[in-house]
Amino acid sequence: MNRRARWILLPALIATAAGAAQRPPAESRVLRVCADPNNLPFSNEKQEGFENRLAALVARDLKARLEYVWWAQRRGFIRNTLAAGACDVVFGVPSRFDRVLPTAPYLRSSYVFVSAGTIAPAITSLDDPRLRTLRIGVHLIGDDYTNTPPAHALARRGIVRNVAGYTIYGDYREPNPPARIIEALGRGEIDVAIVWGPFAGYFAPRERTRLRITPVSPASDGPAIPFQFDISLGVRLGNDSLRSELDAVLARRKSEIHAILAEYGVPMIAAGAQR
Amino acid sequence: MVDSIPRSISRLVTALALALIPACEREAAPGTAAGPERARAPAGAIQPAVATPEDGEWRMPARDYASTRYSGLDQITAGNVSRLQLAWTFSTGVLRGHEAAPIVANNTMYIVTPHPNILYALDLERGGALKWKYEPGTARAAKGVACCDVVNRGAAYADGRIFYNTLDVHTVAVDAETGEELWKTKLGDINRGESMTMAPLVVKGKVLVGNSGGEFGVRGWITALEAETGEIAWRGYSTGPDSIVLIGDDFRPFYEADRAKDLGVTTWTPDQWKLGGGAVWGWISYDPELDLIYHGTSNPGVWNPALRPGDNKWASSIFARDPDDGSVRWAYQLVPHDMHDYDGINESILLDMPIDGRTREVLVRPERNGFVYVMDRATGEVISADTFGHVTWADSIDLRTGRPVLRPEAATGNRAAKNVCPAAPGMKDWQPSSFSPRTGLLYLPHNNLCMDYEGVEANFIAGTPYVGAEVTMFAGPGGHRGVLAAWDPIARRKVWEIEERFPVWSGTVVTAGDVVFYGTMDRWFKAVNARTGEPLWQFQVGSGIIGQPVTYRGPDGRQYVAILSGVGGWAGAAALGIMPEEDPTTALGFANAMKDLPDYTAEGGMLYVFALPAGDSR
Repeated sequence: MNRRARWILLPALIATAAGAAQRPPAESRVLRVCADPNNLPFSNEKQEGFENRLAALVARDLKARLEYVWWAQRRGFIRNTLAAGACDVVFGVPSRFDRVLPTAPYLRSSYVFVSAGTIAPAITSLDDPRLRTLRIGVHLIGDDYTNTPPAHALARRGIVRNVAGYTIYGDYREPNPPARIIEALGRGEIDVAIVWGPFAGYFAPRERTRLRITPVSPASDGPAIPFQFDISLGVRLGNDSLRSELDAVLARRKSEIHAILAEYGVPMIAAGAQR
Repeated sequence: MVDSIPRSISRLVTALALALIPACEREAAPGTAAGPERARAPAGAIQPAVATPEDGEWRMPARDYASTRYSGLDQITAGNVSRLQLAWTFSTGVLRGHEAAPIVANNTMYIVTPHPNILYALDLERGGALKWKYEPGTARAAKGVACCDVVNRGAAYADGRIFYNTLDVHTVAVDAETGEELWKTKLGDINRGESMTMAPLVVKGKVLVGNSGGEFGVRGWITALEAETGEIAWRGYSTGPDSIVLIGDDFRPFYEADRAKDLGVTTWTPDQWKLGGGAVWGWISYDPELDLIYHGTSNPGVWNPALRPGDNKWASSIFARDPDDGSVRWAYQLVPHDMHDYDGINESILLDMPIDGRTREVLVRPERNGFVYVMDRATGEVISADTFGHVTWADSIDLRTGRPVLRPEAATGNRAAKNVCPAAPGMKDWQPSSFSPRTGLLYLPHNNLCMDYEGVEANFIAGTPYVGAEVTMFAGPGGHRGVLAAWDPIARRKVWEIEERFPVWSGTVVTAGDVVFYGTMDRWFKAVNARTGEPLWQFQVGSGIIGQPVTYRGPDGRQYVAILSGVGGWAGAAALGIMPEEDPTTALGFANAMKDLPDYTAEGGMLYVFALPAGDSR
């Protein structure tokens, strides 16, 4: 509660401080980033996530001072942060997410199977018959017509009785709430988890037991359930000039960006592959 | 639009002969409703279950334990309401959706605002002057876990105290005279996606409250707090093993299939009941004779339904519980394995009603799923269930099993479904109806919306892309999106109805003057004839109305009518861009059905109080 309350107070202060000028002189430029204070490997308050690293890189390139507006990245995140004018950019949104103006993608990844070492060969396909009997973990959301792609895909196959759900929201008082699913895998409570690649690439190696990561195939389950997503930076709708600037930075810093993503174990898929 | 009152009344009169004795016992208190209308159309055949003397006050949102929202005051009548005037106003200083009922006790009016949940006490002896104001310090972060605007449905007064819930999952007790906080109890955690929006009910020294947050995968509960101390007396969950649902030896559900052990676990895939929804964000009623409270539960999680094969008990259900310890006497699931977001949290109106020649103790529930249920409130038997609008998800409710007879083409989940009626907000959402013992009619504010469900779209939470259904909502048959209907629960049909441009998202109140009051999202506060539906009076307020009207006797002896305006709620927030964009509820397409709302209203919380000109009554 206390930690959360402190994060939440920030937007008002920062919005006031930075609201005076649309485009201050270069030397005093501020890049305001909205991010989750408790969501590794993406971001946290200590700026240990790869999105934090990317933000630092982009700010340096723009000769801007980096400021954060912390807000839990769940329902209402865009509404209360970027759309409310509290910040200029969000460092990870699906490139087809139409509530923001996305840059060119800087990352393409996939949902992945994370299999316990005892599962050999590792699971690679949703149609692997072993999925009917293994204990599978997936992230679940709520009751409002949305869920993660693997949850939908398993449901389509009637694979539900052996599926354990882990709430993506979790308990926000704990560090990195979505990480509970990988910890359960490490403890042997489930045999395989199907989760978003960057998330798996960071947490799976941190478990004591050996876990294997393989991309989900097929890349899309029918026309409606994609497993691979391009990820972009997102700016406020209408802020085309900032998007152009950021696109240029992403192009200039491509190799450095890839190095950061590799450092975090992000499973990368070639851009444009299997759309 | 069908006016068939004569038949309806004759039916009532016939029934009267059969049910005269209970009627006499439940005659209204002396000095109330005894106008000429009463002699002409004697009610009594059908009566509220709980006799509540008319004291001119309005101490709980539903006014009485039977949840009638009926006032015995009769200065304002169908004959003189056209002369109703603005008496005084008060700005709440808060935007967003104002869904609360003003509470009136001891010549003071109490108003709870949406987040940040300010409580105002207004002095009725001084024209509504501010007596005091209490601010609970509701966490700003709580706005992040409100699914459908940051509403609050009001407070309850009992024994010199005001009780209400805050969005950040606390119940508070405030001294009604001084505004001093007496206790504040934390009941859940916004960090787990929980919030609170419902109005408490105070029964036998206990404050009954429930949570919201199914959109975040919470598990629903109802909790009783000691009114004196704020200590938690008991908590009953909506899903899980019998021991935590508080199902024990006294459990006697009417339908055989409901009698198995631990259905809150066995009707789910393993452990999924832990994210199973069933929040208790709606209304509670109380029958002092049977000593049972009645409350509903929200729809099950998680989406999509193919992930949770089974009935998913006890989501979308009604519980009858003992208020002392929460133990469940009976339960009934309105919608097994919900696929359409049909919460079951609407109001239970407790009536004693002649059915097939004898008086039955019933509860009447106009449900989100489009059926008006009449149930035996002692046993949980469904006596009848009739549609009150255009329904395509089910053909009927099988009275032998209690289960809906589904239409397969309306199933959602892994398939597209077109023209599903009602849409996700239901034929009627939380907006409460009223019942008049004088007319024997229920006054239902409701929606007329259908939906197409198809495809998926990329979205994200916590860095994780995910996919959701794309739901488009639109007006049902006739093209209007809202209805105020008068429903005859004996004849089981509509007696009259008024079509409205937007969903009628306000409550209703009906009086002994045979006037029904309600508000519309396009900024009109309206009075209509309770018998005929004839429009009698209307007043244009500053912002659309989604609140609950009340009426009371002021210190000067005159009858007043009060309503909060301030558009928002699920119906309004999306369209006004205050709960927009990435919210799945917006993706759910309510905004699509409400595109023209900004042409009619903007935000703004304001109380309006009306009265006849001084000296003008009857």
